[in-house]
Amino acid sequence: MTEDQHAAPPESIDDSGVARSRGLSRRGLLGLAGVGLGAGVVGAGAALGIETAVTSGATGTSGAAETYPFYATHQSGIITAAQDRLHFAAFDVTSGMTRAELVDLLKDWSYAAGRMTQGEQVSKSGAVGGSLYAPPDDTGEALGLPAAGLTITIGFGPSLFDDRFGLASKKPARLIDLPEFAGDNIRADASNGDLCIQACSDDPQVAVHAIRNLSRIAFGRASLRWSQLGFGRTSSTTRGQTTPRNLFGFKDGTANLKAEDTSLVKQDVWASAADGADWMANGTYLVSRKIRMQIETWDHQSLKEQQTVIGRDKGEGAPLSGGTEFTAFDFSKKQHGAPLVAADAHASLAHPKHNGGAQILRRGYNFVDGNDDLGRLNAGLFFICFQRDPENQFVRIQSALAANDAMNEYVQHVSSGIFAVPPGASAGGYVGETLFA
Amino acid sequence: MTLRPLGIAAGVAIAALALTGCVENNPGGGSSSAAGTIAVTGKDTTCELSSTTAPSGTVTFTMANKGSDNSEFEVLASDGLRIVSEKENIGPGTSGTLTTQLAAGDYYTACIPGLVGEGVRAKFTVTDSGKTVKATGTEKQQIDAADAAYVGYVKDQTGQLVTGTQEFLDAYLSGDDTKAKELYPTVRAHYERIEPVAESFGDLDPELDNRAADLEKGETWTGWHRIEKDLWAPSAAVPGSSTSYPALTAAEKKTMGAQLTKNTKQLYDEVNASDFTVGLDTIGNGAVGLLDEVATSKITGEEETWSHTDLYDFQANLEGAQVAYEGVRSILLTKDKALATELDAEFTSLDELLAKYGSLDKGYPSYTTLTTADKKALSDGVNALSEPLSQLTAALLG
Repeated sequence: MTEDQHAAPPESIDDSGVARSRGLSRRGLLGLAGVGLGAGVVGAGAALGIETAVTSGATGTSGAAETYPFYATHQSGIITAAQDRLHFAAFDVTSGMTRAELVDLLKDWSYAAGRMTQGEQVSKSGAVGGSLYAPPDDTGEALGLPAAGLTITIGFGPSLFDDRFGLASKKPARLIDLPEFAGDNIRADASNGDLCIQACSDDPQVAVHAIRNLSRIAFGRASLRWSQLGFGRTSSTTRGQTTPRNLFGFKDGTANLKAEDTSLVKQDVWASAADGADWMANGTYLVSRKIRMQIETWDHQSLKEQQTVIGRDKGEGAPLSGGTEFTAFDFSKKQHGAPLVAADAHASLAHPKHNGGAQILRRGYNFVDGNDDLGRLNAGLFFICFQRDPENQFVRIQSALAANDAMNEYVQHVSSGIFAVPPGASAGGYVGETLFA
Repeated sequence: MTLRPLGIAAGVAIAALALTGCVENNPGGGSSSAAGTIAVTGKDTTCELSSTTAPSGTVTFTMANKGSDNSEFEVLASDGLRIVSEKENIGPGTSGTLTTQLAAGDYYTACIPGLVGEGVRAKFTVTDSGKTVKATGTEKQQIDAADAAYVGYVKDQTGQLVTGTQEFLDAYLSGDDTKAKELYPTVRAHYERIEPVAESFGDLDPELDNRAADLEKGETWTGWHRIEKDLWAPSAAVPGSSTSYPALTAAEKKTMGAQLTKNTKQLYDEVNASDFTVGLDTIGNGAVGLLDEVATSKITGEEETWSHTDLYDFQANLEGAQVAYEGVRSILLTKDKALATELDAEFTSLDELLAKYGSLDKGYPSYTTLTTADKKALSDGVNALSEPLSQLTAALLG
């Protein structure tokens, strides 16, 4: 061959042994063998209430160095003491994906989540331990940061149970499509989704790192449909936590279900095999609602008006019928012939007494997404709740609120989602293993 | 000499073949290929082969240059872009021999009289001889061959850019705006396919390809996009303002054209310099770089602000990445077969997705007609390909 004669390697080299397929697992990055058998694994012993025991802080944070188990009976991030920060993301599975490829994605997500929740990088080589000539597996912004209580909770939307993955017969009857409520202004493209991931941490950088890396792992297999950042928890989920305030300035979640209410949690949060979908036993159902608050309008309401709308006093959070924050409501108490707690007050309409005893575990976050083009803060509450039976819990309560809540003048629901949250992964397993078994 | 700067697609190549009528049809291989040597006769406007087929295995071409200028002979892959093998610098009145390994499949041959432009192309078929054609030589020899083939491809595209630019400017400067607008996106494809290479030569890329938004204060705007704005003249000088866009004067157009010609020639000279070489990292990173181009400026519709021909650029960038990948694929197969499988699948997916809208050949709709959902699907496809493609360099060097 002369100097100026060039020949590339021959064409169409015999490689018939390699089958073409879409959306392979991340070769080399996520070596699944033997994963998750080390620290942080809690087996069947992680029953009701265990997670609350690891929370020592009685103040606003759940503990910066805290870690919660990923491999457990229930997924973490539900009755876990609500962390301060949220990054929530919904995904659509890429068209053409097979059932096996979907399982691979869930395995890869679980593997990475199992590491990140323990304060580890997304893979062993991580952000700086890999080849100089390849992009690092881990994006790196959480290097040196503790897990800060990171939990990663994975859910399946109703659309996942169509004919694409042979899951139609597995769809839980309780995974309903949410109805349209009065006053809703739902943006379809920012609602629902095939899959969801809720990442909560006391450090926003850690929560964002989790969603960013899980989204990246999903490239070609599932793509981000919508996502939401939340900066302040609006619920307490354990008795050790103080009640936080929402952007109306009121305490929110005083009467929330708490992890310590083990029998109520068992009754109202955790699905059982008897509910109609075996694979959902020890799982739950997540409802998300992005609620835009007209805070500028709210802010020029008198204190009396604000308290009347909520049904509680603003300082203490006590019912307007008297007492302190945790005093029970007395809806019959009147003054000058009028009930102290108005019938259309938010706390009254949402109360279990007025909803056939229905209760939900709320786990929402405040958000401010910049501002709108009228110069108003685009602010509100990213409401999340968990329950065993959405139809008879969230839908029942929200129907009452949508019809009559005095607060409706100041809020508008703009995004909606419902997801089946399967039980936690077994040691070394993956979230969803009971569904695909 | 009728050079067809736009013809990268089969249809055009066949047209050229029919017009020149210079290739003997010699079905079944014929005696010359059986003897293992195909005679090529290159003249100023023709390129005759003693056979247009050969059995797979070692194939030898001997080109006699009977034209008046230096010429070269190329074998290109079925995409019409990637150089499989080439024999450069065959002087008038002399002959050159090219011996190469070809697996069964479709190819193009090309004589390039004058060493610039598309040359005279024809289809070439390699039939299955039953012999398995495998990469031969040491790993280093394979890498050297891949590097050299990529350089050949860059030169080929740059050469076609030179002739295409001339044709485009002829139309633009003579006031044939319709033709200039038609040529604009397809001539630019030659540039978009090799953009990371162009970017390696200092100010050349900015001078050729700056968008209005890229300009620094005081910088003069030249290149393709300045002319683009003039061809697709906006109604107002500044969007929303009432002063109309001032068209370039004849003198300004001439200056702009001369600058474009000069910069394109500089690019051609740079890649034809004896010290222009590439390594596997250049090829691998170039492939990723092209996909990044798609992700940052084509998906957003920012590249072609006035013409909205972003989908043409998208295809050209994608082809450039694919050529880079295909050229090193046989090396990758020995190093990381799973990555090759994944890349094959993702390239195919994205090709298919883009093909829903058109092709460089048949044309694309204005990017403004795509919905947000359309753009998201393209973006997802680019992400899906970019992620494994970004592992290519490390896998090749590993």
